[in-house]
Amino acid sequence: MKILVPVKRVVDYNVKVRVKADGTGVETSGVKMSMNPFDEIAVEEAVRLKEKGVATEIVAISMGVAACAETIRTALAMGADRGILVESDADLQPLAVAKLLKAIADKEQPGLIILGKQAIDDDMSATGQMLAALLGWAQGTFASKVVVEGDHALVTREVDGGLETVKLALPAIVTTDLRLNEPRYASLPNIMKARKKPIETIKPADLGVDPAPRLTVLKVVEPAKRQAGVKVGSVAELVAKLRTEAKVI
Amino acid sequence: MDFALTPDQEAVREAVARICRRFDDAYWLAHDRDGIFPHELLQALAADGWLGICIPEEYGGSGLGITEAAIMMQAVAQSGAAMSGASAIHMNIFGLNPVVKFGTDAQKHRMLPPLVAGREQACFGVTEPDAGLDTTRLKTRAEKHGDRYVVHGQKIWTSTAQVAHKILLLARTTPIERVGRKTEGLSLFYTTLDRSRAEVRAIDKMGRKAVDSNQVFFDGMEIPEEDRIGEEGRGFEYILHGLNPERILIAAEAVGVGLVALERATAYARERVVFGRPIGQNQGIQHPLAESWMELEAARLMVMNAAWHYDTGRPAGAAANAAKYLAAEAGFKACTAAVMTHGGFGYAKEYHVERYLREIIIPRLAPVSPQLVLCYIAERVLGLPRSY
Ligand SMILES: Cc1cc2nc3c(=O)[nH]c(=O)nc-3n(C[C@H](O)[C@H](O)[C@H](O)COP(=O)(O)OP(=O)(O)OC[C@H]3O[C@@H](n4cnc5c(N)ncnc54)[C@H](O)[C@@H]3O)c2cc1C
Repeated sequence: MKILVPVKRVVDYNVKVRVKADGTGVETSGVKMSMNPFDEIAVEEAVRLKEKGVATEIVAISMGVAACAETIRTALAMGADRGILVESDADLQPLAVAKLLKAIADKEQPGLIILGKQAIDDDMSATGQMLAALLGWAQGTFASKVVVEGDHALVTREVDGGLETVKLALPAIVTTDLRLNEPRYASLPNIMKARKKPIETIKPADLGVDPAPRLTVLKVVEPAKRQAGVKVGSVAELVAKLRTEAKVI
Repeated sequence: MDFALTPDQEAVREAVARICRRFDDAYWLAHDRDGIFPHELLQALAADGWLGICIPEEYGGSGLGITEAAIMMQAVAQSGAAMSGASAIHMNIFGLNPVVKFGTDAQKHRMLPPLVAGREQACFGVTEPDAGLDTTRLKTRAEKHGDRYVVHGQKIWTSTAQVAHKILLLARTTPIERVGRKTEGLSLFYTTLDRSRAEVRAIDKMGRKAVDSNQVFFDGMEIPEEDRIGEEGRGFEYILHGLNPERILIAAEAVGVGLVALERATAYARERVVFGRPIGQNQGIQHPLAESWMELEAARLMVMNAAWHYDTGRPAGAAANAAKYLAAEAGFKACTAAVMTHGGFGYAKEYHVERYLREIIIPRLAPVSPQLVLCYIAERVLGLPRSY
C-alpha cells in the first residue's frame, strides 16, 4: 500500500510571529520555517506503518514556494521514499490544496492519505476534510490511534466525551492529533540518504488545477495587549470591583 | 559569498540539538557532582550515526566535512552540555583523522567502525609533564623488539583515559640525538590501552568533572607493529595534519558554551526585577551581553571561515588558530558576563553559569595556549621572527 503525506512549510512553532507593517499577513522573511508539527506526526505514522510492513511506499508532498523542497527533504530524512513539490507562488488556500491533492491521488492511487489535523499558521483544519469530500473517501479526523487491518482502518478519535473509534474502508483519509505518536529525529545516515531520494517538481497547471484564492484576507492585526492587573487588598474590595467595575456580578 | 547554512547543515544542527535536549540541566548538574562519564549522551549520538559525521562512508561514517562537524559540536555545547558534553565525544568525531589519512585500508576497517558505533572510546596521549607545548621534546619511548614495540614513559592530561579502550599515542622511536631534525623519530600508534602495563590516575581539576583527564604511566606496555600508523619516525608530521581541524572544533565548542551562557544571562536579565524594573533594562547589564553577542558571532564566522578553508583544501592554519583564540576569549567573556548578570545567584550551581565559566577555561588553555596562537600569527602571518 502506498501512503501520501502532505507536509506544509510553516513558521517554526518556537518563533514569536510578528504582523507585517501593512497588515496583509505575518512576517515570514528571515524567519525560521519548519514542517508543520502535525505533519511531522503524519510522516511518523506513515513510517511506522511501513516498518510494520503495512505500507510499501511513502510519498511526501508539499505545495508552495521552491523552499518547500526543504520540508520534503525533512520528511525524506524521517523515512519517506520520494517527494512531489507542487511549486506555486500563489496563496494556496485549503480548497486549492485539496484539489491539487485530489489530482495527485488520482494519479498515485494511494491506500491512505495521512494529513495533519491543521497547520499551525492559519489553524484552518479544513484540507483533510475537503480532500475526503472531493475524493468521496471515508475520513478519520483527529486520530489518536490508527490500526490498518486488511481492507479497512480503525481510527480512534479524541472527542468531547472520550474516545470514539471509527472503521474506514480503504482508501481513506486520516488527519493526525497531537497524541498519535512522537515523531522521531532524523538520524545522520538518513539525512545523507535523503539527499539522494528523488523530488519531482510540478506546477498546479500540470495537474489541471487553478489554485487562485477564493477567500480574501481583509486585515491581520496583533492581538490586543493585555492591560496590567491590579492587586486587591481584601475579598470585600474584590467583590466590589467585580460588581462596580467589571460588572460581572 | 553565502553566509547562510545549507538545508543539510540546518538539518544537522536541528537533529543534534533535539537529541541533546534529552540531557537537561539536571543531568549535567548531577554529572558535574558525581563525575560519572556521560555515557548516555555518547550512546544517543552514536545510535543515530552522529559520531561518524566526518569518517568516510566506507568505514561506517557519513563523510561530511569539518564545517558540519563544527556545527554539530557547537550545537552539543550550546545545549547546555558545554564542555562536559563536547569533550565526551570530541575524540570520536575527529581524533582518528591521522588513521583516516595515513592508516592502511585494513587498519581503517579495524579501527574506525567501532568508534563510529560508540562501541569503543579512545584517548589521545601527546602532552607530557616535562615537554609542555614543546611537543618534540617528549620523552615517552617505544622500543622495537621483533614485531612489537615496548613503551616506557609518562603522559599527562590524557582526557577520557579512565573510560577509553584505545589510545592514540605519540612516542619517540629514535632518540632525539640520532635524528637530523627534532620533529623526526616520533611515531604514532593506535592501540589498546593495556591497563596491566599502563597506570591511569585521574587529575582532580577545576571543571568538567564528568570527563576525566589523567596522568598515564607506561611500564612496558606492548604495541603490536600492526598498530603503528604510517611510517616509523613520521608521527609528528601525521599529528600536525589533525591540529587545524581540532582547533576548529574546539573553537566551535567554545562558541556554543558562550552562547548558552548568553542565553541564560539574557533570560535572567529579562525576569529579575530589582528597584522596580527588570535588571536587563539597565544599560550596565545590557551592554556586556550585547558585546558578548557581537564577539561570539564574529568568532563563529571565523570558525566557519576556518572550516571552509580546511574543507576546500586551502591552508587553514591562520584561520584555525585565530578561530580558536577568538572563540575561547569571546566564550570566556560571555561566561563571565553571565555569572555577573546573575549577581550572587550566578555563584550558585543551580543557575549553571558558574559551571560554564569553569569549563570555558579549557578551550582557552588547550590544545594550544593563547600565547602560542599569537606567536604563530606573528611569525606565520605577519612574517616576524620566530620568538620561541
Ligand atoms: C582539561 C584539559 C584536557 C586536556 N586533554 C588533553 C588530551 O586529551 N591529550 C593531550 O595530549 N593533552 C591534553 N591537554 C593538554 C594541553 O594540550 C596542554 O595543557 C597544553 O598544550 C599546554 O601545555 P602545558 O600545560 O604543558 O603548558 P606549558 O607548555 O608548560 O606552558 C605554560 C604557559 O607558558 C606559556 N608559554 C610557554 N612557552 C612560551 C613561549 N615561548 N612564549 C610565550 N608563552 C609561552 C604557555 O602559553 C602557557 O601559558 C589537556 C589540557 C587540559 C587543561
